[in-house]
This record gives sequence, C-alpha cells and structure tokens, in this order.
Amino acid sequence: MPEIRVTPLGAGQDVGRSCILVSIAGKNVMLDCGMHMGFNDDRRFPDFSYITQNGRLTDFLDCVIISHFHLDHCGALPYFSEMVGYDGPIYMTHPTQAICPILLEDYRKIAVDKKGEANFFTSQMIKDCMKKVVAVHLHQTVQVDDELEIKAYYAGHVLGAAMFQIKVGSESVVYTGDYNMTPDRHLGAAWIDKCRPNLLITESTYATTIRDSKRCRERDFLKKVHETVERGGKVAAAGLGRGPFWEAWLPLAWGRVVGVTWLSPRMNLKVPIYFSTGLTEKANHYYKLFIPWTNQKIRKTFVQRNMFEFKHIKAFDRAFADNPGPMVVFATPGMLHAGQSLQIFRKWAGNEKNMVIMPGYCVQGTVGHKILSGQRKLEMEGRQVLEVKMQVEYMSFSAHADAKGIMQLVGQAEPESVLLVHGEAKKMEFLKQKIEQELRVSCYMPANGETVTLPTSLSIPVGISLGLLKREMAQGLLPEAKKPRLLHGTLIMKDSNFRLVSSEQALKELGLAEHQLRFTCRVHLHDTRKEQETALRVYSHLKSILKDHCVQHLPDGSVTVESILIQAAAPSEDPGTKVLLVSWTYQDEELGSFLTSLLKKGLPQAPS
Amino acid sequence: AKLHLKKIKKKRENFRSYFLYPSQQQQEEIATKKLRLTKPSKSAALHIDLCKATSPADALQYLLQFARKPVEAESVEGVVRILLEHYYKENDPSVRLKIASLLGLLSKTTGFSPDCIMDDAINILQNEKSHQVLAQLLDTLLAIGTKLPENQAIQMRLVDVACKHLTDTSHGVRNKCLQLLGNLGSLEKTVTKDAEGLATRDVQKIIGDYFSDQDPRVRTAAIKAMLQLHERGLKLHQTIYNQACKLLSDDYEQVRSAAVQLIWVVSQLYPESIVPIPSSNEEIRLVDDAFGKICHMVSDGSWVVRVQAAKLLGSMEQVSSHFLEQTLDKKLMSDLRRKRTAHERAKELYSSGEFSSGRKWGDDAPKEEVDTGAVNLIESGACGAFVHGLEDEMYEVRIAAVEALCMLAQSSPSFAEKCLDFLVDMFNDEIEEVRLQSIHTMRKISNNITLREDQLDTVLAVLEDSSRDIREALHELLCCTNVSTKEGIHLALVELLKNLTKYPTDRDSIWKCLKFLGSRHPTLVLPLVPELLSTHPFFDTAEPDMDDPAYIAVLVLIFNAAKTCPTMPALFSDHTFRHYAYLRDSLSHLVPALRLPGRKLVSSAVSSTIISQEDPSQQFLQQSLERVYSLQHLDPQGAQELLEFTIRDLQRLGELQSELAGVADFSATYLRCQLLLIKALQEKLWNVAAPLYLKQSDLASAAAKQIMEETYKMEFMYSGVENKQVVIIHHMRLQAKALQLIVTARTTRGCGMFLSKMYFITDLPHLQDSFVDKLLDLMPRLMTSKPAEVVKILQTMLRQSAFLHLPLPEQIHKASATIIEPAGESDNPLRFTSGLVVSLDVDATLEHVQDPQNTVKVQVLYPDGQAQMIHPKPADFRNPGPGRHRLITQVYLSHTAWTEPCQVEVRLLLSYNSSARIPKCPWMEGGEVSPQVETSIEGTIPFSKPVKVYIMPKPARR
Repeated sequence: MPEIRVTPLGAGQDVGRSCILVSIAGKNVMLDCGMHMGFNDDRRFPDFSYITQNGRLTDFLDCVIISHFHLDHCGALPYFSEMVGYDGPIYMTHPTQAICPILLEDYRKIAVDKKGEANFFTSQMIKDCMKKVVAVHLHQTVQVDDELEIKAYYAGHVLGAAMFQIKVGSESVVYTGDYNMTPDRHLGAAWIDKCRPNLLITESTYATTIRDSKRCRERDFLKKVHETVERGGKVAAAGLGRGPFWEAWLPLAWGRVVGVTWLSPRMNLKVPIYFSTGLTEKANHYYKLFIPWTNQKIRKTFVQRNMFEFKHIKAFDRAFADNPGPMVVFATPGMLHAGQSLQIFRKWAGNEKNMVIMPGYCVQGTVGHKILSGQRKLEMEGRQVLEVKMQVEYMSFSAHADAKGIMQLVGQAEPESVLLVHGEAKKMEFLKQKIEQELRVSCYMPANGETVTLPTSLSIPVGISLGLLKREMAQGLLPEAKKPRLLHGTLIMKDSNFRLVSSEQALKELGLAEHQLRFTCRVHLHDTRKEQETALRVYSHLKSILKDHCVQHLPDGSVTVESILIQAAAPSEDPGTKVLLVSWTYQDEELGSFLTSLLKKGLPQAPS
Repeated sequence: AKLHLKKIKKKRENFRSYFLYPSQQQQEEIATKKLRLTKPSKSAALHIDLCKATSPADALQYLLQFARKPVEAESVEGVVRILLEHYYKENDPSVRLKIASLLGLLSKTTGFSPDCIMDDAINILQNEKSHQVLAQLLDTLLAIGTKLPENQAIQMRLVDVACKHLTDTSHGVRNKCLQLLGNLGSLEKTVTKDAEGLATRDVQKIIGDYFSDQDPRVRTAAIKAMLQLHERGLKLHQTIYNQACKLLSDDYEQVRSAAVQLIWVVSQLYPESIVPIPSSNEEIRLVDDAFGKICHMVSDGSWVVRVQAAKLLGSMEQVSSHFLEQTLDKKLMSDLRRKRTAHERAKELYSSGEFSSGRKWGDDAPKEEVDTGAVNLIESGACGAFVHGLEDEMYEVRIAAVEALCMLAQSSPSFAEKCLDFLVDMFNDEIEEVRLQSIHTMRKISNNITLREDQLDTVLAVLEDSSRDIREALHELLCCTNVSTKEGIHLALVELLKNLTKYPTDRDSIWKCLKFLGSRHPTLVLPLVPELLSTHPFFDTAEPDMDDPAYIAVLVLIFNAAKTCPTMPALFSDHTFRHYAYLRDSLSHLVPALRLPGRKLVSSAVSSTIISQEDPSQQFLQQSLERVYSLQHLDPQGAQELLEFTIRDLQRLGELQSELAGVADFSATYLRCQLLLIKALQEKLWNVAAPLYLKQSDLASAAAKQIMEETYKMEFMYSGVENKQVVIIHHMRLQAKALQLIVTARTTRGCGMFLSKMYFITDLPHLQDSFVDKLLDLMPRLMTSKPAEVVKILQTMLRQSAFLHLPLPEQIHKASATIIEPAGESDNPLRFTSGLVVSLDVDATLEHVQDPQNTVKVQVLYPDGQAQMIHPKPADFRNPGPGRHRLITQVYLSHTAWTEPCQVEVRLLLSYNSSARIPKCPWMEGGEVSPQVETSIEGTIPFSKPVKVYIMPKPARR
C-alpha cells in the first residue's frame, strides 16, 4: 500500500521553527527550515539528526523548499546546508531569494556580534548556502527529478510568500507556508486551483479567530493614533514583526506605511510620521523589483503614480524623539527588548498622553510582554524603575488567514485530508473538529517528531489507444460519462508503462499469430429421433428463446447462434441419446456458456 | 371643423400626387433596373470563380472575397444553389466549412426566406463527417431557425436534428446542438401535441442531461441553453435547482459562473418554494437558500465568478431580511470568544449620545465564550458575503458588491441603515472608480439614512480627493444627506470651506451643496449662527469681505436655513441684511426669499410673493406672452415695438429666474424671429423695381439668414422641445426661406429650390391662416407659374400670413456650456515646437445637452482664421447628475512657427443633423436642384463662451 508520511521537526502544534519532512512515493522533501525565536540553545534549530543518523543529508533528501523569507521559515538554512551538510537543491521564489540573505545576515549579526555566540554560521556560509538555491516563478512547474515536480502558488503573506505543490506521479501534497486570504494594501490574497492533493499541510496560527474586515482594522488603528495625537501625545508603533529580529519588517512595514500614508490625509492626520531609518528605502527597492508579486492596485497604477513615494513619511533620527509636539514613529524591534523602539519607549513612557502600539504578540520576558500583560512598573538595567504611564494598545495586523480563510483555502484546493501545523495545539483542536465536521475531510495535527502516515490509493495511469477508445465510446451513451464502464482490450506492459490496446493491435505489435481458442462441450440429450431432426428441434427451440440473436440452420445440419456452432451427433453405443457438440470461441464465452446451460436443461417436449 | 379637415386632407393628397408619386415611381424603376443587372452577374461570377479554382486554397480565397460584398435578397437563392452544388463536390473540409458559414450568413439576409434551403442544409448535415463542418452547419441551421420563428414544423425538425447530433464526440458539435435547442426548443404550452405527429420532446430534460457532460464547454453551453429557454419565456422546472446547485462546485469557472446565473433565475421563478436544508430537518424558502448559495460564491476562487455572484445578489429582493442582514455580519470571534466589530462599537458609542470619546481600556476585548459546536465556519451561507465582497482583491468585485449593496438598500431601509458603515468604509478604497461608485450609491440611498458624526468624518475626508469627479459626487451626496448633530453641520461646513480654498474651481458646486445642507437642517444651523457670522453680543465686528467665496458659502448656508427658521434673522447683524439683499439679487438661485421682520425694503415685495400662491414670475411670463397675441391687430410699427419690449422683458426675466430661463429664452428667440421677419417685410425694397433693390436687399437677406440660424438654435439647443413646437419652428424657417427666395429668386432660375425645402410641409398640422395653409392652397398655381409670379405670390402670402402662437412645452431647458479650463487668464504662452503637437486640457460643464457624446464638439480657431473641429471621445463625458454632463478632454494644437505668441480661441459647438429628425426627400436628388441646397442640414451652433489661450509655436531648432 503506498503512503505519504509527514513528520514535523518543528511547527508541529507550535509556532516557530517550521520544518516538515514529507515522504511521498519514495521521495523525501523538507518543507521550510526555520529557527525558533523562543530559544537560544540547540532547540532553536530543528533536530536534523532525526533525518539521518549517519550518512549525508543529501543522499536522503531530494529537495528543500522554503515558503517565504521569515526567519521561522528559513532561519536554520545556512546551519542546515553548510554546518550539517546538504548539497541538494533548495527551492524558493525570487523575492524570497533576494530578501532571505539580508535577514539571515541580520540574524547572524545579532547572535554573534551582540550576544557573542560561538559556533554560529558565518557570512560566508550564508553566501554558500544561497548558491544552492534554485529560484522558481509562480505557477511554474519545476521538475526536481524525473518524477518529483513542484509548483508555487501565490500566498499573499509577505512579498514572495508562496504555497507549494509537491507532486510525484498521481500523489501530491500542498504545503501552504503562511498565507493570507484577505488582500491588504500591498499584497493580494492567496489563491490555489482545485488541484485536489492527497494532503494539504496548512498553517493554523489564527485557527480560532474570525477577523473584522480589514478596513475596520485599518480605521481602528488610525483612530487610536488620531486620538492620541489630538491630545498632543506621541505615538510609538513598535515593531514591525513578531520576532526578536526585524525579520518581518518588510511586508508589515509596507502594509502599514501604505495604509498610513494613504489614509492619514483622509483622516486628517497632520503630524510628522517617522520611520526607522533605512526601512522605507529597502522596502521600496524590493517592492519595485517585484511588482508582479503585489496586488492589483499597485500593479495597475504603478506606471502612473508611484505608490512608493511617501510624502508624509520622514526617516527617523534619534534626536527627533525629544522634539515637542505630537508625532508618530514606527520603530523596531517589536518586543521592545532592545534598539530604537526601547529607547523611544523609555523616553515617552512617563507621559500619559503618549501611546505605544504593539502589533504582534511578544515573547515572555521582553518589555513588550510585560507591558501588554498590564505591568506598570518596569525594572530596567541599572536598577532603574520605569513607571509606564503611557497607553498601551494591541493591534492585530497579522497577515495570516483567519479560521474562515483557512476553511476557504481548504475548500478551494479540495484535498483528501488536511494536516495542521504552525499553530497552538488547543486552537488546532477546534479547527480540526470543524474541518472534519463541515468539510468531511480527515484532519491531522501531529506534534513535533510525531509521524503521520497517510495511506493513498495508488492509481496507475494506463494509456489507451484512440481507436479503441472511440470504438468503445461509440457503443455507450455519452452523458453518463462519469460512470465506470466495462471495456475489452489488451493490456500491454512494456518498459514500465501500461497501454490498453485492442487485441488485434496487440497481436500485431507483439508479432504473434492469432490463436483460435475454442471451447467445446458435449451435451447429452435424450432423443430417439434422427440427428437432423434433433438439430431441427434445437434450432426451433433456440430460435424461440434467443430472439435477439441470429440463429441459423445450416444445410449441413448444424445450427449456428452468432458464431457458436452446434452439431448433433448420434453416439454409436446409445441410440436413445444424442450428443450435441457445442463449440465457441473464447470471445463468445458468455453466450456459449449460456447456451450450454440452456441446452443442458433439455429440449422442450415436442408436441408430437 | 370636420369639413375643413377633409379639405386639408384632400389638399395634402393633391400635394402628394404632385410631388411624391412621380418621383417614387422613378425611384422604383431605378432600383429594379439595378437588380436586373446585378442578379445574374453576382451568382454567375461566383460560379465561374469556383469552377476556376484549382485548389481548395484558391476556392477558399474566392469565397472569402465573395463574402466581403453584400448580396441582394433576390439573388440569395441563386447564390445558395451554387454554393450547395459546390459543397457536394468539395473534398476539403475547410472549404466546406466556409461554405457552411456563408450559408448561415446568407440566410440572415433581410427579405430572404430561408426555408427553401433548410432541406438541403439538413441533407448535407447527415452526410458530413468533419466535426468542425458539422458544428458550422448546425450554426447555419440555428440562423435559419431563428429567421423563421413562427414556423413550428421547421423548428421541431431542427430540434430533432439537434437531438440526433447531441451524442457526437466533438464538444463543438454538442455545443451547437445545445445552442440550437436553447434557441428553438419548443415551449410546451404553445405546441399542440398532435402537430405533425411529432411528440414534443422535453427539451428541458434533454438539456438538463448535459449538465453532467464530461466537457466543461458543453456543460456551460447546456446551462446557457437553459438560460436561453428562460429568456424565451419557457418556465423552467424547479427540479433544475438541485442540478444547478451541484454545478456550483464545478472545476471550471465558466460553468460555475453560468450556474450562478441559473440559480438566480430559478430563485426568481420559485421564490416561495420550500427546500430542505441538507443534513437537518429544517426547511427554508428557495430564494433564501439560493441567496445563501450565491453568497457563498462571493468567496469563490475565480474573480469572474465572484463578480457574477456579487452582481446577482443585488437583484434578489425577495430574500428575507434575516438572511440579508447576515451578509454584513461575519460573526467575529477571537480565540473562540465572541467579539464585536468596530462598527458595532462605533455605533454604540455615538448612538448612546455620549459626546466624549471616553475610551476605556480594552473595550474591544472579546466578550462571551463561543460554543465551539455552534460555530459554523463555511456553511453559514450568507454570513459576511458583503464583508468579503467589499474587501476583495479585484476592484471589479468590489464595484459589483457596492452596486449590489445599493440595490438591496434601496429596497430595504433597515438594510440601508446597516450597510452604511460598510459603504462609508468604501470611501477609502484605493481605486477611484470604487470610491466614486460608493459615493453614488450612498446618494441613492440617502433618503433612508442619517449619518453619524464618525461616519460624516470619513465621508468628508474624501473632499481632499484630487479627482474632481469624486469631489463633485460628494457635494451631490451632501446635498441630500441627513446629519444628526450640529457638530456634524459645523464639520461639514469647515471641510467644505477647506475644499474651497484648496480647489477654488469647486465654488459653485460647494455653494449649491451648502444651500441644500442649510435648507435641510435649519434647527441644527440655528445654534451655529453667531459663531459662523462671528457676531458678538456687545461688540460690533468687522464687516466681512463680500467677495470672499468662503463668506458667501457661509451666508448661503445660513440664509437657506433661515427660510424655515423665523427666529434666525434676529441673530443677524446689520451688514448681514445688506449682504442678503445683495446676494438675493446676484445669486438668486442660491439665496431664497426671506421674510425679514422690520426690513420694509425687502419684506414688502417678498411677503406678498409668499402670500400669493402662484409664482409671480410665472404669471409675468404668461402675461407678456399673452400680450403678443394681439400682434395681429397692431400696425407694423406698434407690432415691432411690442415685440421689442416683450423680448427685453423676457430676457431680463430669464436672467433673474433661473428656472424660467429656458422658457423665457425660447420664447424670446421666437419673438425675435418674428420681429426680424416683420422688419424685413417693412423694408422699402419691396416697392422698388427689381434691378434697383439688389443693393438694398442686404438687410432682408441677412434677416432671413439670422432667422434660419435662430430656428436651428430653437430646434436643437433646447431639451424638452416637443413636436408641436418643432412644427412651429419649421414653419418659421419656411417663412425665412420664402423670404430668402423672394430676395434672390427673381434673378435666379425658378422655384424648384424653394419647393424642395417644403418637404416637411406634410408634417405640419393644420395651422389656420398660416403661411403653410395658404401655400398649400396655392400650390397648384405655384407649380405652373413662372418664377416672377411665384415670387409675387409668395410675397403677398408672407405679408398676409398670421403670427403663429408658440405653445410652450412643460419643461424646456437651454443647452449651455461653460469652459472651466482653460481659464484663459494666463499670460504665459503655451510654448511648443512648431509642427509638433501640444495638448491642451479642456474641462467644461454641459447643461441640458442631449446625447453629448455625438453632438458636442470642440472648436479651435487660430488667428489666421483656420478652424479645427475636434470630436471628443465618448469616454471623455461624465454624467454627474441628471441633465448635466462634464467634458474632460485633451485637445491637440499644432501650427507652423509664429514670431510671437498669439491667442487661439477654444469653444464648444453643438452639432446638429436635421436629417435625423426629418426624413430625407430622395426625389430631389440629382434633379434640377442647384448644388447649394442641402437636403440634410448639418451644422453647428456655438454654445459656450469662447476662451482664449495664449500659444507660441517656436521654430524647430536644428
């Protein structure tokens, strides 16, 4: 029995360190290779020794696929390819390929330069690793080898985020990575065709949430800013991502910048808006490079008007934080544990007019987490106590699909079964129940290291000759085309492919002469009359029963029904019985056996 | 009176026999001659060509050439025979295909009855092997069948043929068969069963079977055929509903898209039927079920289907309100707890009457726990359909959703109230079309709604939009919006004033907007008055500048509110009253008449108008026009004077009362024509001998010419002109032409020219004592007499003819245009290299122009007298409101090099084409008519003030 095996090395009932092993029809594929932001020890990377105890990863894995550039999806890539050792192909989209090394380098800098970690991958390793990357286009079918093929679909989570279909023969798996079903200011919605995979591996971060419309969320955000600014307060919109690194800066930053610049004049927001240095320039650069990956609006209008020019946004300088009057600053990192955002926070925390907006959830132990949980007195380094008087707001701007979105995608792809990753166990439980109830699709949610085995029904494609197909089609009624139908033909297996041809052609191809295969059968009849008479009686009997068939009485005394020959003979030993010789070819087996059974019952008594 | 009528009729018949019949006969003769010539040649040529053809490619070429020329109805049959003959001989399928398609084209020829070729077509169909040719032949049969809608026997036969070929292996053939069935399938009720012994086939059943065909194209065709049946009036069975529902989950978007339509059709046919909900015992109305299903398609994978679904939702008005309101509710939850939407929260905050925006920590925090079992993630049907539709990625879907919202809200006030929040949110859409659409939508439903302050805030923010279309649409919206609080009014005023400073060209639109805003909310404006006028209880404040558009805007708001709020004038300061008097006179359309206590100067005149129910200006108009009736009895001098001052009165009235401007102008123009006519007839020249008056005839001919121009203006520049006015106008023109003839005809040859202009006489109803009446009387004499006599007769007739009273139409408006841009004030010339082009943006508003796409032209006059006419693209015209249009276009200028900058004139023209209204008279063509005579009168009327643009073409640098 063929099967698909899935083992999450990370992201099983968890968010972070996405890494999923899939074995499909003898091929092994690794989906994503991320790091975990909650750990600083060995646990931050997936345990690659699970894949192979000894021996090279390259021999075991056919390919690695990276869905998008967030570090929890690609953070362990240099470690995996250079330090553990993998030389096979790594597939990702073009934007991911462009942005991924920047984030990896950033991650490396913080880990090595700031935290002083040893035995971390080097810049050179990142470069070497990126050399193994094969970039793919959307909807491009890439043949990894003769049997394994992959195809990318638009996911809308961040610039270049993609969902991947992995296909071997007739078996296929779709891995969504992270995706977003509602378009935002810069990216479109995820889309997949009705590819009916055997398994759909989907993220489930927001499995238990149905979100308000995006316009409401946008307005809500701006209203919060507005109110603070009217009070004369300053707004720090901290962090542009969830992680400790500014990993998610680009798309989220972008969405918000576009949203803010677009809406602020409409909402009468007339205060300076600052942005962490360098961010807008970089965002501009990549968005201009990858216009096709953005949404309809940007695609349509970028020729006439440059969405990437911000009249209202200025680069932030440290000195600006002390300027009087209201202002809005977008600063990093998001969890307020270091860097610019923390500095600003410390400056502004004392004033109750000010506000800080936290856009994502924060890891325990960070300042962000503390203030979000309502702590008002913070102990900073140097035993300072910082009293937080400013308002703290939480805004969900995350570019993940909500419960409805997930269901919608599952509905679009129509998989045989669904596997949930990248979410919390409790939330998955709910979604799993819903999927099974409403879509009637089996659903799995393995923990890390747990293997799900999925039996698949193996379908073997068989080529059929056109002539045969047409001949058979001509016999049947057309509209009921989806019903299974009986078909006569010869199956030829040659060089591990199968063909169904008509028997004549099969004989010709194989160079064989046709053998006549006849079945003969003797039927004893109690009949005292002469052979001819018996034959005549048989003829009239059959004629009366088999009205649809051609029954003939030949001059030599034999009877034929279609091609079946019946002869009457008188065995010498017993004049009271006649022997009927019934002979038919194997093609007429059905009719022949029917006839014999009929004749065995005897002839009706002649009305003599 | 009856006797008189008879006389008239007879006269007319005479006239016809004189003028119409001979020429018609002649025309027929020509036509038949032509046919006799072409008929053999056409088919013969084809025959020869086809015989000459050595290869299929050759034959194909000949056929293609042949297809380019039209074939007369009489020769169709011959051509068809030749084609069929060739068809039987032809081996190449592509040639046969072309022949088949030609057969179809030919059978569509008007005047040709294709039943004679049907047998042949069916015959060749049976022997045809190629699928493509088969499909084409079926198409031909379809053309034949649709040409003969009454012949049921033929239709049955064709349906039979179609059924036979339904089992073909090619999808193209099956497609065509289904199309045939859809178009010709008999409607059971009309067909009697015994018709030619053929049992009526259940076309619906046959088509329905193909809903599950293996080919998506055939499935689509089947659904389309079903829809076609519906369009032709066949009542579809309700059983189709279930079949169609299955097709909603088809793999192919075109199938799904068509299925959505089908479901919609069935839901409109059987709205009240009850259908069971699967996997439960409950039952719901079919229309509700269908609504839920279509709602579900709003989140389909293909945007084509989404657009289709969103559009159809709008027309499902029978759906229960419970389901309708679900479309706006996404049933939010956060971490399994029920959450309220931002909209709900906003509503609570503002409707509770709390004005402080006292936000509390976490008021959006999720509230009660959700029962996990009860949450339905997909099969919730209508849930949030519009929420999804309005935030779709594709703007096409968003527009469709907004349109649907509009239609549903118009039919359900409670839904209108609920969808308001969503519409307001759409004002912030990225795409201009969507914003515009939502503003229009809001305007349409504005009767049902009142805007909250927070909503107004968002709405007003759109005033900053750089697109003029959007701003003006928003002004229109504000005109008919209800605002709930005085802060709202204040906010609106402030924003409008901001808009005014940013875009001064919006002035008129903003004033108008404030006029309505004021008259709608007098009680809300009242408390704002002191602040707006910046009056102080103790101190006199400085008198504001009367020319400041912003101040005028404020005054417009206040005065209009004061109209229904008698206590308000007490708050005015002295200069306000003065300003009122001034504005009442200068901007009478914006400032209403007020009853101001203690102000005798204004009140005496005004109060009486309020008391008397009838509008005095209307009365005045009537009186002045009635005065003119007595024209007949006055001596020429008196008549002239009477006309002159009546015209003056009317013009003044038109300036004062904008509502009466159209009528006043129209009648004044008519009277002016009459005046000119009288003046011309008073000329001395009539008494002078022919050779002498040649020089003096200038005035008379100029008058004739001017009358003609004025009559064209009257006919084409006013909207709402009815037939009876047109007749009078034509009559006036006829007189002008007679005058012209008299002036010129003595020296030129004959009266044919003049008579040719009388083709419309037959359209004129009886007009007693009129020029036409007399003309008809004397027609036989005119036809026979010499030119000199004719002139004499006409002259006396002109003098004797009575002045016709012009009945006034109900509604009449003069077309007018104002060029907003170019403003013509710039001193900086537009420089460009000579020989190249420079584009000039033209922005103009058009009022009361019918069909501006075809009639409005832009004219550019260069200083050297060269004139250039530009036809703007149809897309350049916008329609911001009833009777109003806006032209925003680009005009390309070019000229050879000039030595110094000069001004070109840009103006708008209204082109007219009288042949569109009057049937052409063919019998005069090519006859003795002199070439100057136009049979269809085309021309242009300038209807905007010219604007001067300074341009400077520079010589090209080498």
